[in-house]
Amino acid sequence: MNQETATGGGNLIGLINLLGKTTLNIIGELGAVAIFFFHGFLLIFSLPFQFRKVVQQVYFIGVKSFLIISLIGLFTGMVLGLQGYYTLVKFGSEGMLGAAVALSLIRELGPVLTALMIIGRAGSSIAAEIGIMRISEQIDALDTMDINPMRFLVSPRIAASVITFPLLTALFDVIGIIGGYLTGVLLLGVNSGIFFNRIYDSVVAKDINGGFIKSLVFALVVSTICCYQGYFTHMRPGGFGAKGVSLATTSAVVISCVLVLVLDYVLTSFLL
Amino acid sequence: MPQPFIEFKDVSKSFGNLQVLDGVNLKIYSGEITSIIGKSGVGKSVLLKHIIGLLKPDSGQILIKGKPLSEFSRPEWREFKRSLSYMFQNNALFDSLTVFENIALPLVERTSLPGSEIKKKVDYRIHQFELNEVKDRYPSQISGGMQKRVALARALVTEPTMILFDEPTTGLDPLRKNAVLNMIAHYQHEIGFTGVMVSHDIPDVFFISNRVAIIENRKIPFQGTPLELEQSDDEIVWQFIHGQEVLQDQLTGLDPRPEVEKLFKELLSEVAAKKKTFSVALFTIDDLDEIKKHVGYIASQRIFQCMAMGIKGLLHSKEYAARFGSGEILSVFPDSGLDRAREVISGLSRGCSNQELMDPSKYKKVCIDFALKAGAIEVREPVDLTTLLEKLRENQEVIAKMECRGVADKK
Repeated sequence: MNQETATGGGNLIGLINLLGKTTLNIIGELGAVAIFFFHGFLLIFSLPFQFRKVVQQVYFIGVKSFLIISLIGLFTGMVLGLQGYYTLVKFGSEGMLGAAVALSLIRELGPVLTALMIIGRAGSSIAAEIGIMRISEQIDALDTMDINPMRFLVSPRIAASVITFPLLTALFDVIGIIGGYLTGVLLLGVNSGIFFNRIYDSVVAKDINGGFIKSLVFALVVSTICCYQGYFTHMRPGGFGAKGVSLATTSAVVISCVLVLVLDYVLTSFLL
Repeated sequence: MPQPFIEFKDVSKSFGNLQVLDGVNLKIYSGEITSIIGKSGVGKSVLLKHIIGLLKPDSGQILIKGKPLSEFSRPEWREFKRSLSYMFQNNALFDSLTVFENIALPLVERTSLPGSEIKKKVDYRIHQFELNEVKDRYPSQISGGMQKRVALARALVTEPTMILFDEPTTGLDPLRKNAVLNMIAHYQHEIGFTGVMVSHDIPDVFFISNRVAIIENRKIPFQGTPLELEQSDDEIVWQFIHGQEVLQDQLTGLDPRPEVEKLFKELLSEVAAKKKTFSVALFTIDDLDEIKKHVGYIASQRIFQCMAMGIKGLLHSKEYAARFGSGEILSVFPDSGLDRAREVISGLSRGCSNQELMDPSKYKKVCIDFALKAGAIEVREPVDLTTLLEKLRENQEVIAKMECRGVADKK
């Protein structure tokens, strides 16, 4: 019916049709993700607690990301120190380096880069793992055994993300500041006392809280999107089997990354 | 008849444009094993998935003990689901869990049994299915047959009252297949669970099934006991039971019987119109059933195959031959007289005498005398097929013989 009007009514109506359809699809999808999230999130608190599974996921998402987060944190901090120094030295205020490095890490770079790194490392594998379970009927098998697949697969991952994202962000911040110290103080000769004093003076609880809230929001969004994409691999038009899983993984990563950056802007404008 | 445990009432299901089930009616009784047989891809698994709610019907109803599935409350539905197990066609084992953890999962997640109790139950199944050596391996590290057994163990470990088996024996070697069927039958006698089994293993599944349903063309044309199945005149049923014979006819190059019957009728009408005459020949292996019984199935089939291929090799392009009984082949020679039929008979006589199968020394264990007989008639006036066959049988003469002369236990 829609197509008939589209071809019969000319390009403009076709365009409006397309716009309407796309909008409805997006809204429908948003609704589905929201329901998926609340369902998965509430099941975290259902008894008995899945302590073991949450710990396993904390290990997988958190502990195994330790090294990569430290490495990225270190180099981010070092390059901030380098760039910051050469910019600040033009105004003769290289003493502010510590504050510049610490604030940009704690407010912005820490939560965002940590989230992006976890998406790449753990998010993609969450989507792929759940996607494969879906196409090989393992999720159906759980269902037939009267084991709630949402509770079994999704809830522990959301819970583990909520625990690990802030911790990894904190790690990223600390290692980043050490990186800034390495380049700023040890390499370029900024006074070590001034470096730390400036950090002490300028960083307030509000900054840390802001970073914490951001990392929490990112944890919920990333874990939900990655689980959702894997969980509904089979509903994806045009992709079945391995192809479907690869598409699910790709969209899990792309959508999570975009959402993290968009939400970062939105959250910053509210928190400032 | 008592009330069925599960009943499908006019259930239809489509996937997009593809209709898989169309007004299916099926009854499954408590405490029985019901086998659903049918060709691949006709919707057997789809049928099974409706019972456990993985798929919902587009129209029609599924009744559990007389109550529609759609009216089940959540707790009722969960209770029903907990009482049954589903064994998936592709096993659906959890590939990130070991064999032991796979089997233990339903107990760990669903019950509050202590660890030692769970271990005891799982170990019992592991032992029962000879999985001891692989219990710490992951599903991808073990063979397909072992995976099947793990899936079966996982289905049985919760001691369900109903089990849905989706091709439990596909991909197993014949010995293990028997073991699995035996295990299902044994456990069924012991516990008395209700079983629904989708299978291709005809006739093996008939031995353990109380009821059989055939699914074909989106419907269920037959359901009943294996005995009723065997006695049925339905053509689809016949094809399922005689699948092996159909295959053999195709292998030997014989024409399908309905086709030859059709040709025979056409020729008869021409005979009635006095346009022409034609000839027929009947070849029989005497005592083929005796050979099957005493010497063996393969020997009897090889002998039949030898005769069929011999005849087929002698026929010209417009001449036909089809199996009419367990050891009988009828040939039709549309444009020829009796001479042509006799030519084929003598050709077969020469061809068969040198065959390995006619050598008594090959039957070392059990040997039975048998003979190849043939007879021909020229049809000049209309006659029905049964009478013609009777006449042909009277007309037959022995054209080749296999005599044991005391090489083995002569029966």
